[in-house]
Order: sequence, then structure tokens, then C-alpha cells
Amino acid sequence: MEIFSFVKRVPSTTANVEIKDQQLDTSGCEFEINPYDRFAVEEGLRQKEAAGGGNVTAISFGDDAAQKELRTTLAMGADAALLLKNDAADSADAATTAKVIAAAIGERSFDLLLFGKQAVGHDQHGVGAGVATRLGIPCITEVISLSISDGQVTAQRGVEGALETIAASLPCAITCQKGLNEPRLASLKGIMAAKKKPLESVEVEIPALALIVESTQPPASRPAGRIVNNAAELVDALRNEAKVL
Amino acid sequence: MSSILVILETRQGELRPSCLEAVGAARVIADANGCAVVALATESANLDAAVIGAAGADQLMIAAAESHSADAAAATAARVAKEISANTVLLAATVRGRDITPRIAALLDTGFAPDCTAVDANTMVFTRPICGGKAFSNVKVNGDVVVASLRPNFFDAAGREHTAEVSEITSEVAKAQVIEVAAQSGERPDVAEASIVISGGRGMESPDNWHLLEKVADAIPGSGLGASRAIVDSGWRPHSEQVGQTGKTVSPELYIAVGISGAIQHLAGMSSSKVIVAINKDADAPIFKHATYGIVGNALEILPELAAELEK
Repeated sequence: MEIFSFVKRVPSTTANVEIKDQQLDTSGCEFEINPYDRFAVEEGLRQKEAAGGGNVTAISFGDDAAQKELRTTLAMGADAALLLKNDAADSADAATTAKVIAAAIGERSFDLLLFGKQAVGHDQHGVGAGVATRLGIPCITEVISLSISDGQVTAQRGVEGALETIAASLPCAITCQKGLNEPRLASLKGIMAAKKKPLESVEVEIPALALIVESTQPPASRPAGRIVNNAAELVDALRNEAKVL
Repeated sequence: MSSILVILETRQGELRPSCLEAVGAARVIADANGCAVVALATESANLDAAVIGAAGADQLMIAAAESHSADAAAATAARVAKEISANTVLLAATVRGRDITPRIAALLDTGFAPDCTAVDANTMVFTRPICGGKAFSNVKVNGDVVVASLRPNFFDAAGREHTAEVSEITSEVAKAQVIEVAAQSGERPDVAEASIVISGGRGMESPDNWHLLEKVADAIPGSGLGASRAIVDSGWRPHSEQVGQTGKTVSPELYIAVGISGAIQHLAGMSSSKVIVAINKDADAPIFKHATYGIVGNALEILPELAAELEK
């Protein structure tokens, strides 16, 4: 089975974000693989194993720094990596990113595309479904359980208050939610092996952005709160002051 | 007259009420720009035209589809958007809304503003949280059609007297098929949609103490139960209840954080709640800096008192 797992280099979720000149400034942030993309890499490795063969290719749309995250996926066990390189990749919104990725992989042969359900940071939840739509293949989002047999895909996902079971045929795109699997850590042996695995870099063009960020600001500051002494005072404040009960 | 298209969310033939907020937002934009509001159910459903009209829609289109497929819904929505020359397509930013939104944008070859918390009806600049709510961006779609999804609890249905004019339309063919929808046990709303959320953290000490939180939730009708990442990672509660940057972002009227210290990734997921209550034994816990009201003390002792007060 030919599997593409997509990864993005994102600011760590434990990082504080800075805003400079009304724009997000991530220059002081630690970066890491988008946590949801780790599920996509792990699932690729598991599905390849279940299928009894094939390749897992990790693909990132990013600048050269993203080679570090791609090496990490190779150390986890991916067979090859592909960098869709553009220094302005992080400025691209999800719709534009989907267009770039669909154009870049449309000619390649694959059975399964695995994405994180969102990239933390921009939080747009749109690349996987956007790529699938542009390629004309089915897509199942926010998947927490996935089985594939004889080219038939069965997946489960949680929606508000219910669990959906969805079926589709390969080739298919999946976006991965926490709960799908426990991503492995790279072993020392894996890290050594990763150095010899192929990492291809292809320059890609970015079309006109589909979403323009005009400005960015910190969250509105909250008025100072107060400490109350007990549950009775709290309930009184919620009922008569804040009027939320 | 140009139109604003709102995609209604239905499940097993019933309306999901959070999408009525998007209908209300469409009404505000329509009134500012002299447009009509068309609400579209992408599958056959039991809908009350008076409810959809009251929320702000002029017309209600119902597609004759039995399938709950997201790709068919998006294809039907994109076709209708073209047929009625929609300048804007709005959805609720639910799991389904987030699934369909990027598909509609791709089919219309335009951009989309996801998970918005505000919109300026005159400039069509949307405000949306980024980095899990650590910052907010003002964005504008660059394309012929503006597609956007709206976070639950930030917009209001119009609340007027009007019955939408109903028509039936055909639907598109599905690629992926939804073969089962199983309601999850429990009557509580999902944390992402609940107007009141009560969340527990490490200060709950053991999963065996969760009944204390449930007792409080039982005393507040319509409240949902959440948990911090530490609790979900420990396997005490399911991931569907996790609030935070790698869980759900919530913005209820009232958020009660019980035994949660307030790690940055948790704060990112709940700090846009309107009223925040913190109950924690550590007076220096970061959560108190964000709280409207705080009680310093042992959560396990305070919760039964709180339940008793709420029942009074």
C-alpha cells in the first residue's frame, strides 16, 4: 500500500505566542511536528504493516527548517520524505495549502492520504478535506478508528454527542484525531537509519492566498476576578451578579 | 438579488440547533448588504420553516438525500451556491461543519475563514482564534465567494416572526457513506456546544470522584462535562471531553474549572468563556488569573456544597 502522511512544523503547544506589529511572531517559539500529524505518521506505519507491504512517504509543505520534522518521521519509520519547499509556506491558509498539495501529488500514485485533523497554530481544519476534494477522492475527517481491507475503508469518528461509522473505497484521505493510535517515539536505531533514507526537496509555487490576515491581536483582557469564600457565595454571585444561572 | 447561503446541520433527520446561530449571523450580513438568506438542508430532515425563518432565513431548501455523506453535502451546497449566485456561504464550526467547509471552498475555488467568533457585516472581516485561542486574527477571504464557519455560542439567531419559504431540491451523489450514527450514552450536551461546562483536573484526585462533578452538572440543566489533558491522558475520561489546545476549544456562558491549575494549553481552550469559575486548593494556580470568581479550597469538599447550594 502506498501511503502519504502529511506533517507540518508548528509552534509547540506549550509555547507562549508573541504579537509584534499586529502580526504573530513565532521567532522565539520552539517548534515541533504538529501533534495530530504524529497520529498520521503512526497510522501510516500501522496500515503499511497491516497491508503486508508498501511505502510510507512523509510529506511536508514548508521551508527548509521542516527537514528536521521530516527526519523525525523517517526515524519513526517512514520510508521516504518529500519536502514541498517554499519559504512562504507558513503564510498559506488551508485552502491555498490544499491547492498546492493537490497539484504537487496529483500525478503521483497513492492509496491512502493521512493528515492531522488540524495543524495547531493556524487551526484551520481544512487541508485534508480540501486536498481530497480537489483530487476527487473520498475523505473521512477526525477519525479515531480505521480499518482497511480489500480496498474498503471503515472509519469511526466522534461528532458532538454521537459516534459515526463511515465507509469509503481507496484511494481515500483520512484526517486523524487523538485516540486513533499511540504514536511511537523514534528509537536510536531509527534515528541512525533515518540518515540514510531519501529526503527529496521540490520547489513549489504558492498561488494568490485565499485568506488574507489583516491583523492579529492578543485575546481581549478579562476584567479582574474575585475570590469568594464558599459555595453559597459563589452560587449567589452566579445567579445575581453574573446572571448565568 | 444576491444571496447568503447557510448550510443547516441535521443528524438522523433532526436539526442541530447550533446552526441557527449561523442563520442569525447571515441575517445580520444580509441586512447590511441588501441580500436574501437561503438556508439549505443537504439531506432530508424534519424541519420547521417557522423555526428556520425565525432564525433569519427567507428561504429553506431541503435536498432529497438519505445519505449523511459530507462530500455529497458539500457538492450539493456548492451547486446551490452557484445556482443562487451566493456571495457568502456560512456553516457552524462543528465537527461536520469543519468537515464540509473546506470542501465547499475547494469546489468553489475560493478561500474560507474557519472557526470565526465575530464578523463585521460591512467589511466582511472575520475574527478568529489562532494557536488555540492564544491570539485572534482578523481575516478576509480573497475569492469570489466568502465561505466561513462560525463557532457555536458566539452568534445569535435572529429571533423574529417569519416563516421561510420551502422548496425541495435534488442532491449530489456520495463518495464516502455514513453507515451508522450511534448516539453516545448520556443526555449531556457535548462540551463544544454546551452553554455551561464543568471540567475536572488533577485536583479531582481519582476517577472515582467524578460523581461529585456529575452531581453539580445534574443540578445545572444543559451543562456539559469536560476534563483537562492530564485527566484524558491518564485514561480517566474520554478524549471527547478534553478541553484545551489539543482537545476542544469551548466558549460557554459559564466555565467551571475544578481542580485544574490552568496550564497554558488548557487556558487556550477555554479563556474565551464569558464567566469563569476556578476551584483550586493552590491559591497561586494560574487559573485564578483568568477566573471571574474563585474559591481556594479542596475541590472534593467544595463540590458537594456547591451541588447542595445549586439545588436550593
